[in-house]
Amino acid sequence: MKFDTPATTNPIDAMKVVGQPRDRLDGPLKVTGGARYAYEQHDVAANQAYGYVLGAGIAKGTIRQLDIEAARNAPGVLAVVTAREAGKLDKGKRNTARLLAGPEIQHYHQAIAVVVAETFEQARAAASLIRVDYAEEPGTFDLEAARSKASEPEGDDPSLKDSRIGDFPGAFASAPVKLDETYTTPDESHAMMEPHATVAAWEGEKLTVWTSNQMVAWTVVDMAKTLGIPKENIRVVSPFIGGGFGGKLFLRADVLLAALGARAARRPVKLALQRPLIMNNTTHRPATIQRVRIGATRDGKITAIGHESWSGDQKGGGPELAVSQTRLLYAGANRMTAMRLAAMDLPEGNAMRAPGEAPGLMVLEMAMDEMAEKLGMDPIAFRLLNDTQVDPEKPKRPFSMRRLDECFKVGAERFGWSRRSPRPGQNRDGKWLVGLGVAAAFRNNLVMKSGARVRLGSDGILTVETDMTDIGTGSYTIIGQTAAEMLGVELDKVVVKLGDSSFPASAGSGGQWGGNSSTAGVYAACVKLREAIAQKLGINSSEAVFAGGEVRSGNRSIPLSKAIEQAPLIGEDTIEYGDLDETHQQSTFGAHFVEVAVDAATAETRIRRMLAVCSAGRILNPKTARSQVIGAMTMGAGAALMEELAVDTRRGFFVNHDLAGYEVPVHADIPHQEVVFLEETDPMSSPMKAKGVGELGICGVGAAVANAIYNATGIRVRDYPVTLDKMLDRMPDAA
Amino acid sequence: MRAFTYERAGSSQAAAAAAAAAPSAKFIAGGTNLLDLMKLQIEVPTHLIDVNPLKLDRIEPTQEGGLRIGALVRNTALASDERVRRDYGVLSRALLSGASGQLRNRATTAGNLLQRTRCPYFYDTAQPCNKRQPGSGCSAIDGFSRQLGVVGVSEACIATHPSDMAVAMRVLDAKVETVKPDGATRTIPAEELHRLPEASPHLETVLERGELITAVTLPKPVGGTHIYRKVRDRASYAFALVSVAAIVQRDGSGRVALGGVAPKPWRIEQAEAELPRGAKAAAAALLDGARTTKDNAFKLPLVERTLGAVLSEARG
Amino acid sequence: MNRRDLMAAAGACAALPLTQGGARSQPAPAGKPVKAEVSFTVNGRKHALDVDTRTTLLDALREHLHMTGTKKGCDHGQCGACTVIVDGQRINSCLSLAVMHPDAEITTIEGLGTVENLHPMQAAFVKHDGFQCGYCTPGQICSSVAMLDEIEAGIPSHVTSDLTVSVTLSESEIRERMSGNICRCGAYSNIVEAITEVARTRA
Repeated sequence: MKFDTPATTNPIDAMKVVGQPRDRLDGPLKVTGGARYAYEQHDVAANQAYGYVLGAGIAKGTIRQLDIEAARNAPGVLAVVTAREAGKLDKGKRNTARLLAGPEIQHYHQAIAVVVAETFEQARAAASLIRVDYAEEPGTFDLEAARSKASEPEGDDPSLKDSRIGDFPGAFASAPVKLDETYTTPDESHAMMEPHATVAAWEGEKLTVWTSNQMVAWTVVDMAKTLGIPKENIRVVSPFIGGGFGGKLFLRADVLLAALGARAARRPVKLALQRPLIMNNTTHRPATIQRVRIGATRDGKITAIGHESWSGDQKGGGPELAVSQTRLLYAGANRMTAMRLAAMDLPEGNAMRAPGEAPGLMVLEMAMDEMAEKLGMDPIAFRLLNDTQVDPEKPKRPFSMRRLDECFKVGAERFGWSRRSPRPGQNRDGKWLVGLGVAAAFRNNLVMKSGARVRLGSDGILTVETDMTDIGTGSYTIIGQTAAEMLGVELDKVVVKLGDSSFPASAGSGGQWGGNSSTAGVYAACVKLREAIAQKLGINSSEAVFAGGEVRSGNRSIPLSKAIEQAPLIGEDTIEYGDLDETHQQSTFGAHFVEVAVDAATAETRIRRMLAVCSAGRILNPKTARSQVIGAMTMGAGAALMEELAVDTRRGFFVNHDLAGYEVPVHADIPHQEVVFLEETDPMSSPMKAKGVGELGICGVGAAVANAIYNATGIRVRDYPVTLDKMLDRMPDAA
Repeated sequence: MRAFTYERAGSSQAAAAAAAAAPSAKFIAGGTNLLDLMKLQIEVPTHLIDVNPLKLDRIEPTQEGGLRIGALVRNTALASDERVRRDYGVLSRALLSGASGQLRNRATTAGNLLQRTRCPYFYDTAQPCNKRQPGSGCSAIDGFSRQLGVVGVSEACIATHPSDMAVAMRVLDAKVETVKPDGATRTIPAEELHRLPEASPHLETVLERGELITAVTLPKPVGGTHIYRKVRDRASYAFALVSVAAIVQRDGSGRVALGGVAPKPWRIEQAEAELPRGAKAAAAALLDGARTTKDNAFKLPLVERTLGAVLSEARG
Repeated sequence: MNRRDLMAAAGACAALPLTQGGARSQPAPAGKPVKAEVSFTVNGRKHALDVDTRTTLLDALREHLHMTGTKKGCDHGQCGACTVIVDGQRINSCLSLAVMHPDAEITTIEGLGTVENLHPMQAAFVKHDGFQCGYCTPGQICSSVAMLDEIEAGIPSHVTSDLTVSVTLSESEIRERMSGNICRCGAYSNIVEAITEVARTRA
């Protein structure tokens, strides 16, 4: 199905199942421990051996000598595979550094060997016997130091290019009120709870991997390229994913090394990346240095807005797209954005939940707060004054839907924004300094081709198959709801099967495109199935109404079961998109409100209240969508207050590479969270009229927290995370 | 983790003797720190002596009016004990601020005292570390050192002792009872249990080979207001950036010990004379001779401010 | 720089034996695995195992008994995904050896309830959407069940304001006590609602 004209009334609009806060279909399995994650697929292939991965102990250089003899001879060891044993390997299109290094080492903890043994304990013990002689080379590990050597990112992608509209330098120079500040955001880790894990089994030339991956189809292609085998010979199965956040978008070392280990040991192999390895071995959100310049008239109209960002990556990698929202979020005739990329030797950077916007809005929305103060304006009023209904770079190009103003107004009312003191440091509650902060949330809505197959079986069960993944997003549930709505059956008559490359290729889970795109694919397949059913029943499919387990046409009413008396019926299709996302800018919007309390003595910050108001098209399931948003708010709180991969700039690695050193929020950090979805449908996005929410929820949270800290204390920290050590010298005298 | 033989101890003395006899034996009780380190090949015992069967899990009054806490008393049990809550509140508070409910249910009194540092370079066997690999150098001094020590540190090591409980024990003048392989027992004041790193940071305590901690004793309660204030980025389940254990009397006199700043619980009795003069003077005395890095210099003002907050809380 | 060192390969997974003055010693032989017998009861069923002494309780459950409901998130006591209830107390099963638990009564997520017959806490998690990816969930649920028992038993917490009076249930008590169970999906707000509901019906 090609979606190239705005959606009109369609069966989803009935909203009998879609749009309802249904419990997750996979909920009972998950709460009873019955959901089987990758490492737990012990019965899919007999005689599984255990793999253990060894990472490089230097950041850059070469292996002179790799002595695996002792490991190979250790008890229980079946195979040791290094680059030497693996033979020629290519690299996946989406990987920057190699997944199995040697002799060249490109980053710390890059995998250099896998040990396969009868038991986990034996594999781990044997791995410690491998001796490596390195020739270490100096590398580039310090972004600030590398900044001057950074250059414009290569490639034709327009989102990588500098943007210049009007006369930014002139307008900024002549603006009566100006802000010019530089900010930093640190490297961050996805830190999903389930480590990257894979069971790999060969049958002749054919490889099956049960793994934990957000993008099944990408993994097939990149694995085929890496191994140099036809992609038809690879099956990827990923039914449950214990969190991804972008960290499992790509083929990673667990898949490759399990497959290589299985080939060498001639047995199925399972392995999981050890937790202390994950942060340097896999991808992370790259650090940025960002400069924001805003010029405005005295009454607060932005006349010039400029945003530059510097980030680093392995050679061949890309920049953190931290300026992209600034091209679309606020009006202003004179504009510029630019990104500069430094070649560095830290581990490979890549997407983490709302890549670009997450760190970009942490900065832009702090700058907006600072600018509002310079103007003596309320931060919400300043934003609303510079709201726009059109793409500020192309005023003829409207947003498909933009209700940022309502997000702020609804949120301000609910949160009690009027109680905020415009002067910082005024509100004290015992030992606590209390403040309120706000920030805009903004994230583009991306649409992706997505396929599905639906089958109405003779048992009356409607089965949906697509290689779409559920990474906690609720895909199982919203896909089931979509199919139930389309065929007019109860949700308990729907079985959803996901995450298998033998199913039709889907959009996958990434970039908050998964929910809308994958259900749109299911919609398309259901349209096909409805046609097949109507044809079978001899009615005109365009007039047929599917409801209550029946098909109605005129005054006829036929049970669905009639259509499948002889054989099951199948519908399969793929949703593809025209240019509606070019003629109209499709984005999602929100406003984050945060109340913090800062300990007057120690400058410890604790969050007291959080509210997000979101405008993101039709909400397919308010329960799971709300969970997406509160989860993103939690991650945003972490980014604001604690998350930072500490870089050792001498040795070139992330030092705090475990869950004790890299702190993410715990229960005690997070208060009750409130989420409001504005009721709406966006007919430009898809037949579902939905958009993404999973990343919108993190966008702006960090700035809202930091702005609240400023409101509480009068202290502006421009280097995230906002930790007490950056505030102590400016805190009021201790009691 | 290297293969190891395993035995369940029959008596304290037999356990000590067995530990001395094996080439590289370790006692295991809660296991919450030892197994973590064994998985990383930082601890590599070839023999484990499980001391859990020993009946060292009781808290009893002493003749002197104090408490004798068995070495195997779990952190949860100790923190929950009514006598501890009533008379040694600083200890209960310190325990409850540490780790998580799950870990406190397993971690023992003796094991907590013997916890090893959380310095990230100690934890990464690819990095030089004098504590883990004597003579290899200290990666932390010029590296990432935000968590690390500012007093009692040396050229060789700036690791901190991670325990909260031990800080409270120190301020309570606790004593450690041990048994040696030959059956001899001794009592070690808490202040003497841990060594400073100087040139040999791998030597962390005065315990001899095979010597087993059997109990910790607390002297008669001293009254006063008991406060344990732990400062950290995360609201829970995190190690201290700085912590203050204090017992403050009505006249403003009192005792104070610091966590998160030194290789051992940090208490300087002379500094306590400054307490009635306020936090600034007392902190200055506690941190005299401090040696900071660019990452951890904030701990000096943080100690002073936290101590100030503790004293003001004690005043009510 | 170009220094030439014989180094252990990586912190996470390699090491040299401790030696004085540097890292150039030969590795010690790995040593044959040592096996030991242990038996304990899991969810009411007795199991006798012959395991490598190095096997954690977590791996005994997952790899030997194939009870994979208990999760391995970090294997270092830093996340709580492996939480099980041993002799009535919640512990991190990753930081305990199987051989250390002879005759123990162990309850895992599989022992609390089934898909057909959910434990009230499991049902509340579903109702309040107290999870997303589901990986920390068994640990959260086991932890919360045992945590409510701890409150009932009068065990205080870091946020208990007065140590000398009995503990009262509150959201802040729940949050503090559940902090050893990390949920990176960030379902905390919903988890607290689920636990609060169960706690109210228990009381």
